[in-house]
Amino acid sequence: MLGYYVDLAVRSLKRSPGLTLLMVLAIGFGVAASMTTYSVFRAVSGDPIPWKSSQLFVPQIDIWGPKGRLDGDNGEPPDAMDYTDAVALMRAHRAKYQSALYRISPSIVPPDPSKHPVSVGGHAVYSEFFAMLDAPFKYGSGWSADSDEQRAAVVVLNSKLNQKLFAGANSVGKTVDIDGKDYRVVGVLDNWNPKPEFYDVVNTGGFTTDQEDVFIPFQRAIDVGMTNDGNTNCSEIPKESGFVGLQKSSCVWIAYMAELDDKAAVAAYKDYLDGYFRDQKQAGRFNWPLNNRLRDLPAWLDSQHVVPSDTKISLVVALGLLVVCLVNTAGLLLAKFLRRSSEIGVRRALGAPRLAIYTQFLIEAGIVGLTGGLLGLFLTWAGVISVGWVLPKEIATLAHVNLSLLVLTLLVAVIATMLAGIYPTFRASRVQPALQLKSN
Amino acid sequence: MDVLPIVASLRKHRIPTLLIVLEIALACAVLCNAVFMISRRVGDIYLPNAIDEQGITTIKLQGTDPKLAASDIPRNIAALRTIAGVQEAAVTSSVPLSHNNWGWSFGLTPDTSLSDQHRTNVTLYFLGEGAEKALGLQLREGRFFNAAEYADSTIGTAALPSTHVVIVTETVAKQFWPGQSALGKTFYSKPDYFTVIGVVADVLRPFVATENEEKSYYSTYYPVAPDPALRNYILRSAPADRDRILKEAVQKLQELNPAAVVTGATYDSTRRKYFANTNSMVWTLVLVCLVMLAVTAFGIVGLTSFWVGQRRRQIGIRRAVGATRGDILRYFRTENFLLSTVGVIIGMGLAFAINLYLMQHYEISRMPWYYLPGGAAALWLLGQLAVLGPAMRAAAVPPVVATQAA
Repeated sequence: MLGYYVDLAVRSLKRSPGLTLLMVLAIGFGVAASMTTYSVFRAVSGDPIPWKSSQLFVPQIDIWGPKGRLDGDNGEPPDAMDYTDAVALMRAHRAKYQSALYRISPSIVPPDPSKHPVSVGGHAVYSEFFAMLDAPFKYGSGWSADSDEQRAAVVVLNSKLNQKLFAGANSVGKTVDIDGKDYRVVGVLDNWNPKPEFYDVVNTGGFTTDQEDVFIPFQRAIDVGMTNDGNTNCSEIPKESGFVGLQKSSCVWIAYMAELDDKAAVAAYKDYLDGYFRDQKQAGRFNWPLNNRLRDLPAWLDSQHVVPSDTKISLVVALGLLVVCLVNTAGLLLAKFLRRSSEIGVRRALGAPRLAIYTQFLIEAGIVGLTGGLLGLFLTWAGVISVGWVLPKEIATLAHVNLSLLVLTLLVAVIATMLAGIYPTFRASRVQPALQLKSN
Repeated sequence: MDVLPIVASLRKHRIPTLLIVLEIALACAVLCNAVFMISRRVGDIYLPNAIDEQGITTIKLQGTDPKLAASDIPRNIAALRTIAGVQEAAVTSSVPLSHNNWGWSFGLTPDTSLSDQHRTNVTLYFLGEGAEKALGLQLREGRFFNAAEYADSTIGTAALPSTHVVIVTETVAKQFWPGQSALGKTFYSKPDYFTVIGVVADVLRPFVATENEEKSYYSTYYPVAPDPALRNYILRSAPADRDRILKEAVQKLQELNPAAVVTGATYDSTRRKYFANTNSMVWTLVLVCLVMLAVTAFGIVGLTSFWVGQRRRQIGIRRAVGATRGDILRYFRTENFLLSTVGVIIGMGLAFAINLYLMQHYEISRMPWYYLPGGAAALWLLGQLAVLGPAMRAAAVPPVVATQAA
């Protein structure tokens, strides 16, 4: 029976090719526009570390108080840490893993003297950083906690820089000249560039074309005076100048992340953080009420508005387009189905139950949806391919067609047209057979 | 044309009527907001910027020895001046739209501190001698810095230069001292203070404040003697020479500073790069609007055609009892006009609601009122154009149809 209905539907659609084409085009364009934007939206709002994001936390301490707040940040404490507190929290070592980190941009002198020095990007981190974020190593590993203590001259390279300096060979144990000093390579990461760069969103806004090339021990970077390449925010002028002055100031420039595996650990850490604030308050450093935050990674990314608002707005506009297209298709289907009252009358008079009419017409609607969906699929594919032309490079590279997106596209198209077809079908199946037969 | 018979007929076809109204309302709502966003973005792309954008080439030097800045910078500039076609060469700390911002907040009283509420955050551009000419700043009042002011000012590791003179843009002058001349006035950030000696035409900051155009022009200029903070070399030339000069200048600076990382770009490309994303957003929105208008127009054509087909007999009867072709044409056009009117009224309400929603959730400003009637007019026109085809076909129905069995 189903085959018969499909045959009927195809015949009927062929009878008015203009109208059919119109419906297919409307569905196709609507689906393609919304799915392309959705794929970009999903790419930027995706969880960068889904298996662990609920265990990663970002502590914030209100070291500036109400006076240091800018208009419109709703009582939020500073979104980064000053040196004093970051180091104190590291020393207390209350979480399973934790790391303070800041952005560095040293220059590397290639061993080949004919080549020019290159400036690279990276972060100064603690040893637990790699284990905490499950950073994948191609060769070697991170450095040990001892190296943190000893401020050892060790470095972890990302694979791209390793390719440039050592032609991709296992470089563990070799030395690299960073800012004029020799560093021993202890590990090479396997092309690790998470987007958004969730461990340091304050400096990158989450999305950046900057590569993560090198990671060196935090205290080592401080010792050799490797300056902060990220943002620095101050609520007062540092009393001393230079990088050392920055370390003694209340300016915030250090990101911090901690891994807390269960609810008890989170509660304990929150208690510790609040206790730390109270101790400091008692010591006379603060004279305002407690206002700490301890957000998990998804909440933190949300609070930092990591998803670009342009992307969200395009999604709203594209969804608007999809709705317009669906309403149009519903209108066209209605026009088409109602015109066939006499055909329905004949079928009903010959004994077709209402259910049969429903099935026949929903199949016809479904075929329109499927064809429109396939067209939409093709256009989505073209859209995602060409997204690099219309979107920032750092985001465009994230958007790609995958199976689930394809299935979703088709499903949206078919379900949407069938929904659009329900009312006309309902009207069509209500046709009184006698009336229709008589007027003929 | 009598409207009442049309309304009576529409009441008989509630659902198609509702669908056309809904189509027009939705299209109107999305159109108003999309066009509003397009116009805002286009406004950003064409923000004026009173420097010689077409003549400037910038070269950035990173990783030089800060201790040698005092001798390196004059040497580098002298070398750059020898390149054929270079009219001016100088150094600055940053250029407009480069994302590289040095900001500070100032107030109008000597004890203004950084944590005061009443302070204005501005961009600090540090100029090496001659940079005002290399950039092509346009003086509106007062004067540029003199040689002594350039020579006396240092930064070192401080946050602010040691000079006490400043040149501000017209927007900064208006923000600090509305309705007065800014010349000779002073702004403060305890313990520093700066007195305005000149006012220049508006120059953009290293970034654009998307939702507040005024703030994009909060730029201030300070003279500084050769200093490690002055890392951007500005070359001014005829636009035709830029590409060659860029290549030669990068080569020359790399030879002179083998340990440094040298990167260069024409200012034109810096600006284009800054707005590349905005540009693509505009094109996406334009495309979405066109597709949506086309879909809406076809939807109206489809539904009206269906209507015409259904009413062939009635049309025939009307023609038989004396209605002219023009009457029939007018009937369908009036009908469409009525539907469009209801549609755009709902649509304008919806457009306003979407704008409110976007304002609450994203950094979008209020849509000026004229976008609403604008969008309404566009859909009226679209409706009339779309209905023309089916209406003509209706008008072509011969009176004899009335005598045939339906």
